[in-house]
Amino acid sequence: MKDPAAHPDRDIGHTEVKETTCYMCACRCGIRVHLRDGQVRYIEGNPNHPLNHGVICAKGSSGIMKQISPARLTKPLRRKANARRGESQFEEISWDEAMDLLTERLGRLRAEDPRQFALFTGRDQMQALTGMFAKQFGTPNYAAHGGFCSVNMAAGMIYSIGGSFWEFGGPDLERAKLFVMIGTAEDHHSNPLKVQISKFKRRGGRFVSINPVRTGYSAIADEWVPIRPGTDGALFLALIHELLKVGLFDRDFLIQYTNAAELVIDDPDRDDHGMFYRDPETPITEGCTDPQNKLWWDRERGAVLTHTKGADPRLMGSFTLADGTPVKPSFQLLKDRVERYTPEWAEGITGIPAATIRRLAYEMGVTARDQKIELPITWTDCWDNEHDSVTGNPVAFHAMRGLAAHSNGFHTIRALSILMTVLGTIDRPGGFRHRAPFPRPIPPCPKPPNSPEAVQPNTPLDGLPLGWPATPEDLFVDADGEPVRIDKAFSWEYPLSVHGMMHNVITNAWRGDPYPIDTLFLFMANMAWNSSMNTTEARRMLADLDEHGNYRIPFLVVCDTFASETVAFADLVLPDTTYLERHDVLSMLDRPISEFDGPVDAVRLPVLPPKGECRPFQDVLIELGGRLGLPAFTTADGRPKYRNYPDFVVNYETSPGSGIGFLAGWRGEFGDKVLKGEPNPRQWEQYAANGCVFHHELPRSYQYMRNWNKGYLHWARAHALTRWAEPITLHLYSEVLNRFRAAALGKRPGRRPPERLRERIATYFDPLPFYYEPLETQLIDKIRYPLNALTQRPMAMYHSWDSQNAWLRQIHSHNYLFVNPQTALAQDIADGDWIWVESHLGQVRCMCRYSEAVEPGTVWTWNAIGKAAGAWALSADADEAKKGFLLNHLIGEELPTNGTHSGVPPFSNSDPITGQAAWYDVRVRISRAEVQEPRISEPQFPPMRPVPGQASRPRTRWQAYVAGLFDRH
Amino acid sequence: MTQLALVIDLNVCVGCHACVTSCKQWNTSGWAGPMVDENPYGADPTGTFFNRVQTFEVGHYPATETVHFPKSCLHCEDPPCVPVCPTGASYKREDNGVVLVDYDKCIGCKYCSWACPYGVRELDAQQKVMKKCTLCIDRITDQTLPESERKPACVLACPTNARLYGDVHDPDSEVSIAIRERGGYALMPEWGTRPANHYLPRRKTYMHVSPEELQRADNPLTKEDLTVYTGEETLDDVTW
Repeated sequence: MKDPAAHPDRDIGHTEVKETTCYMCACRCGIRVHLRDGQVRYIEGNPNHPLNHGVICAKGSSGIMKQISPARLTKPLRRKANARRGESQFEEISWDEAMDLLTERLGRLRAEDPRQFALFTGRDQMQALTGMFAKQFGTPNYAAHGGFCSVNMAAGMIYSIGGSFWEFGGPDLERAKLFVMIGTAEDHHSNPLKVQISKFKRRGGRFVSINPVRTGYSAIADEWVPIRPGTDGALFLALIHELLKVGLFDRDFLIQYTNAAELVIDDPDRDDHGMFYRDPETPITEGCTDPQNKLWWDRERGAVLTHTKGADPRLMGSFTLADGTPVKPSFQLLKDRVERYTPEWAEGITGIPAATIRRLAYEMGVTARDQKIELPITWTDCWDNEHDSVTGNPVAFHAMRGLAAHSNGFHTIRALSILMTVLGTIDRPGGFRHRAPFPRPIPPCPKPPNSPEAVQPNTPLDGLPLGWPATPEDLFVDADGEPVRIDKAFSWEYPLSVHGMMHNVITNAWRGDPYPIDTLFLFMANMAWNSSMNTTEARRMLADLDEHGNYRIPFLVVCDTFASETVAFADLVLPDTTYLERHDVLSMLDRPISEFDGPVDAVRLPVLPPKGECRPFQDVLIELGGRLGLPAFTTADGRPKYRNYPDFVVNYETSPGSGIGFLAGWRGEFGDKVLKGEPNPRQWEQYAANGCVFHHELPRSYQYMRNWNKGYLHWARAHALTRWAEPITLHLYSEVLNRFRAAALGKRPGRRPPERLRERIATYFDPLPFYYEPLETQLIDKIRYPLNALTQRPMAMYHSWDSQNAWLRQIHSHNYLFVNPQTALAQDIADGDWIWVESHLGQVRCMCRYSEAVEPGTVWTWNAIGKAAGAWALSADADEAKKGFLLNHLIGEELPTNGTHSGVPPFSNSDPITGQAAWYDVRVRISRAEVQEPRISEPQFPPMRPVPGQASRPRTRWQAYVAGLFDRH
Repeated sequence: MTQLALVIDLNVCVGCHACVTSCKQWNTSGWAGPMVDENPYGADPTGTFFNRVQTFEVGHYPATETVHFPKSCLHCEDPPCVPVCPTGASYKREDNGVVLVDYDKCIGCKYCSWACPYGVRELDAQQKVMKKCTLCIDRITDQTLPESERKPACVLACPTNARLYGDVHDPDSEVSIAIRERGGYALMPEWGTRPANHYLPRRKTYMHVSPEELQRADNPLTKEDLTVYTGEETLDDVTW
């Protein structure tokens, strides 16, 4: 062999290096793609990128295998006329035919009844465009996957502190001393979090992980605190109880920056009971979400306006205003609420010893109080107080789906937000910090449409497809209070379902409840497999016929890059590109990649030409918008306005002259404006010249305390990030929730929930967090189903995308059910045994793996490894299909009815406030499979056939990838 | 003499496998490639990896530790795989101590993999030659790369910076200091192979809160009146 030192790699073949942004998961790291003779030679992290600083993960390093995957779709396809859905029998058609077909059908639906077209998308990061398309089309039936992902996390925190974890904020581990991670799987914000956790540990920070399972990040925690699933709320309430009891709360922070000291009307006989007392004489900013006309109780002067100079308000007590109104500071109400939530009470629910809960509370409280950080940064608050430093309490938290995916998740996350607030850690060094465009008002300003009249033929939707209800008047319901959307989002059943409820679309459309639809368009969402609950039934519904022999969901369009399980059910398949083949924007209008120190957005630039006839979905939507004559996509004379997506991104403004577009960097004629400015025809070139990323670092005085930072808020308003420059007071007590409760109790003029939902609303729209057992658990036999079953994704896989990846599937080709040995032994189950896992819905067969790293009342598995036979271009006998399994078959999309039929469809198996899919509520029992049973997983489905256009190269035993030589003969 | 090596910090490794696939993508198209995959889309997929992460559990619930343990060639100072090679294919470079295989000389007899106590050699089942970690020899010796990139792909990729790289014979190198000051250890020293690669152990940070710390003069509760007299009867009213 030649001496490696004498032959530089770059001399082999023609070498090019191109910068773009990764999309092997949703992190969106900067990458440099090395090409050799036009094939990918090496993908490395971009060392100059603010997100990943040069590192890259297992997925990002396996992008090559995504590119050559035989599961790639390469041609538009139409289901053969005589084939049934699910049989995966297609014929190739041209893009012209596909677009004609869509234009004709969707044009007719738009003219007749736009609701008949439903567009739902997976984890796509292009909601700015897909949402806009839906709005322009005029359909209310649009959402992305947030409803079944982590909407509780977004809503619970945004309705409390005006920001949330991941894209919108996170733990400041650079300065934290104590880091508490709860219910976090290993797939969110993964590289930045890995970078930060390791630096934090090396600096000697203390890392506590609270999780039923000890894997991934939790493995390197200094302490693992196992907890029973769905009980985190009980833990947080007990921690708050203890902090309040001992006096370990940040009094000054609570008074100045939260509604803790604000006076709430406390008279159950009055209609305004539970609302803040508002002084009618105080001038307010009209339309502002949370105007500043509330009162404190000053210890000397009694009732005074909040933030009266020199006031020293009470946090506790019970007072009577001059007009006789009895009031309490909301902190007193919180204290009253948590009185019963003792550590001993929580021990019985969470399984965490009371002494541990107390110790954790003390660790948090003492660290927050005694290790205060002071940064020499001057800033001015909204009340014109000058501060010569920024201080912080160095206790940081991070949490994700483990909290969110329960039907009690919203209140759990409200409780976490309050815990973080009581410790005084919001947008302060060492605690939680926002990422632009957050913080936003509580709740943010955009609202969904609020009546069926918002939907009119050949007319854009009157309102945004998704938004943030602040009052019952913001709900999207008809005169009877019934849902307008197919998924029932923003209805009285799930009022704050701010990300929609994609998990109920198939069932509702199949049932025709609230109405049947014609066309269901799924983009990058594997609803016939891992993205549906009750998957077997979802597959049946997709292929089910009505009494006339027509499909109950008449037309199904699927756009994807790969031959997923869902593709088999499509009537029309549109082949999308990979991330290396297209332009993308990671937009401030959607979910950007901002840092704590300022807004960041990014782009993808094509590194390779599209494979086969693949077209970027964005280009398809823009062409379709032009063909359908949607106003934003056409000129005044009805011609298509944009050539393609890059043209659209540069020239589109949210409204004429708004200066707001999809990209925030290098705006204005000369590219010298940020966030807001006229379109810049050279914007793409500017991004290309800057590593595909735009990072606007704020002045240090604008980087902290942004909810109340006058300079920041005015800067944000001037740059069109927010509408108001009013302070964003933290909602320890949620008056917003109380408005819905008051409506249910008949104490509020205006909309009331339908009779059958009043008790539900009055119960769950509690302005203070409370603990309740998950809804499904309340309804099923806990003795029969004694175990909680969870899923999480491994770090080397993202969603269902990576089983087609030859390298990543070698890391996880199949999944086991992980069971604590003491739990398994009680059922006489040995390590490696085939077992049955049964829920109230049915059962699956899989293999058991002993694990000492799981709480004994919990069993869990890696999600989205198990596949339907033949899908994703795997052989029918692949491990994924024969040894791997999918837990979703056991998880209901609706709550069990226990045989009772009230005539009303069952509730979604979701949080009653936000409609978050309650994946993690499922309870199961396990038993050993009989020895004579086949040793393959159940259920099995007939193998999916390859579709036309899938990889033509022969399936050989060996595959050896060498850039420049692969598949070239 | 220079001895290049990896020092792997188990204190921060989260088991993400970035090192596994970044190695694969660099080396399959590099000097030591290809790294073949068998049944890439079928049952029992397997393939050549120079670096693998094993995850195992220690202890019993709830005192369980989950350990992620990356494993690759340790580039022994006294590598048992070298003298057993009948063709001289297996060798240790004199300039930097990296252990390599010359595929042109390798006959796939597997003596080296039997001799290696660490199980880190990988037979390419298609080409029938032995392959292994080269520390990305075609990166670290490539003078056309900027110095910051003249490192193994796994080291550059690792999100937690759990893979330190350098000369363990230079007492002032980052790796030597880490081994010396943070309890770095070699695997199975009893074999006398003197592995160049080392591992750094887990470390725990604890916090102690003493009862006195809960009693402070500035306790915010002192700012609130804890009781209010509203005219009800007390012992003070009825006893004498």
